[in-house]
Amino acid sequence: MDWGFILSETVNKFFGFQAAYFAIAAIGLNIHFGYTGLLNFGHAGFMAIGAYGMAISLNEGLPLIAAVPIGLLAATAFALILGVPTLRLRADYLAIVTIAASEIARILFRATEIGPFEARNYTGGSTGINGFSGPFKDLNPFDGPVDLWFVNFSAQDAWIVLVGWTIVLLSVLFVHLAMRSPWGRVLKAVREDEDAARALGKNAYSVKMQSLVLGGLFGALGGMVFVLGQSSVQPTPQDLGAPKTFFIWVAMILGGTGKLWGPVIGSMIFSALLQFTDLTLRGAQEEGWIPEWLMDGVQVGQTRFILLGLGLMLLMAFRPQGIFGDKRELALDVR
Amino acid sequence: MSADQTVTIPSLEGVAEQPGSAKPDPMLTADGIVRRFGGLTAVDVDHLEIQRGIITALIGPNGAGKTTFFNLMTGFDTPDEGTWAFDGTAMGSLPAHKVARNGMVRTFQLTKALSRLTVIENMKLGAAGQVGENLFRGLVKPLWGKQEREIEERADALLERFKLAHMREEFAGTLSGGQRKLLEMARALMTDPSLIMLDEPMAGVNPALTQSLLGHVKSLRDEGRTVVFVEHDMDVVRDISDWVVVMAEGSIIAEGPHEAIGANKTVIDAYLGTSHDAPLDFGDTEGADA
Ligand SMILES: Nc1ncnc2c1ncn2[C@@H]1O[C@H](COP(=O)(O)OP(=O)(O)OP(=O)(O)O)[C@@H](O)[C@H]1O
Ligand SMILES: [Mg+2]
Repeated sequence: MDWGFILSETVNKFFGFQAAYFAIAAIGLNIHFGYTGLLNFGHAGFMAIGAYGMAISLNEGLPLIAAVPIGLLAATAFALILGVPTLRLRADYLAIVTIAASEIARILFRATEIGPFEARNYTGGSTGINGFSGPFKDLNPFDGPVDLWFVNFSAQDAWIVLVGWTIVLLSVLFVHLAMRSPWGRVLKAVREDEDAARALGKNAYSVKMQSLVLGGLFGALGGMVFVLGQSSVQPTPQDLGAPKTFFIWVAMILGGTGKLWGPVIGSMIFSALLQFTDLTLRGAQEEGWIPEWLMDGVQVGQTRFILLGLGLMLLMAFRPQGIFGDKRELALDVR
Repeated sequence: MSADQTVTIPSLEGVAEQPGSAKPDPMLTADGIVRRFGGLTAVDVDHLEIQRGIITALIGPNGAGKTTFFNLMTGFDTPDEGTWAFDGTAMGSLPAHKVARNGMVRTFQLTKALSRLTVIENMKLGAAGQVGENLFRGLVKPLWGKQEREIEERADALLERFKLAHMREEFAGTLSGGQRKLLEMARALMTDPSLIMLDEPMAGVNPALTQSLLGHVKSLRDEGRTVVFVEHDMDVVRDISDWVVVMAEGSIIAEGPHEAIGANKTVIDAYLGTSHDAPLDFGDTEGADA
């Protein structure tokens, strides 16, 4: 087994655009859940709407500078649609509605036609959209592969990696500024006890709505980086469905909910772990270390998720607060 | 409303000692407030006026509807019938946060410490009119830094007063039950309320601290604020209340200064049942039941 190869590929994924888009989306989820206590179980819906909003606009010939805001506007509208009926109700209603709405969004993107409307002409139906990323690639300043001593990227990857991590850093800066402000304090107060915040004159509904929109915008941005990075947007569950929502949650918890760098580090580790388990299992199988009756080639992809699940259970048992979390904080009774 | 202001405490001499009596200068006026939970009528208050600038105690047996009445007045619950006005403004359909911004601020019987915020952050949250509570202005610290420092000074002064200064940097979730009561009261004061409604502020606070808390409540009145508080401890009621309102089974059954309430037949019946005829012990014999 080529450990050198496995290691370098793992490090690559640690810094790759996959980690970056995960981080951006997880930063959004962290605003929702980590800081405001909103149970958003449909984050992939925000990613999908941002991604499709941008991809369709690009495909229709709009420039990138217009396509990105269109994706963000669409995500804002999505957040408002989810928030208006639910945010006055108990927390669990948002959870249910986000699960359903994100799935509805994905199914609509996959639909050939919606009523008399030939949706396929815009969304590509179940095949998605593939040729939209030209305007983005045209801006690529790299003309050859980039080889730093610990990572190497093709010219195409280097560009999205650069853009992705720039967005990550700006997002972290934004969250830092927002959460140290009195606004951030109201957000956290709403997370701890909405009624207490209202008794002190804070408009909990409004602040939850702001949080939902803001976190949703980061979700949409994450979705855009994702589909630009893979040059295609697909309405599959793995790409923009419930499993993706679940992985973003894992990345956030891994790093530490409600912590500034938690979602970033969590995403890097998660992305690297996915790659590492995959390559190691494949390597081990090629070496014949894993008997055929136990696991065949196809099952490798699934087995690594079993391993990740086990890892997650161990994490919850030994470090429930995540990497950056504060155990002291977790031990406090929160209702 | 500053502490050095000299305020004369309004006198209630000549006010009728009967349920729903008119006050010279009411801060809160409630009319025909009814709240039903299924078949149970939790609150049925015909008319109530709370005098401005004094301490009014709201007492009554468990389940009398005191907390529900607080909830209704402060926008945390909506009555089935009735209207009420605070400081001349109809409160009807105002949401809770707007009621608070108007100056009517309440605390909760079951304390609501914001566990994963530090004590000082809990306090600072209370301050009203914060520039940085707007997301966009919040991003630019120079816009709110100065106000934040002023808020912090006020918070520290209150923490000192409520004997919580040593817990300043601790998570509020680590406070004891009594300390949480103190924090909640101090936090409510950060909003600079004109009417503060305290739901059992002394419950679970140790006797030594109760004394100093009583002092604080009195000083609120001396600053010109209006205080309404729910309390079961008759010693406390006797000690600090200028006026007592008695609730039973949702209605106001008696009003008056505490001396008159202790001997009121209806009140005794409500507390002890009709078979008793001894006057209610308001702790006039100092320490007899302590
Ligand atoms: N949300 C609710 N649903 C149903 N019944 C309720 C609700 N809240 C209060 N009640 C009922 O209304 C009545 C008044 O309750 P409330 O909490 O106002 O009493 P209280 O005077 O504050 O009593 P205590 O001194 O024990 O705090 C009680 O009989 C209670 O069971
Ligand atoms: Mg009560």
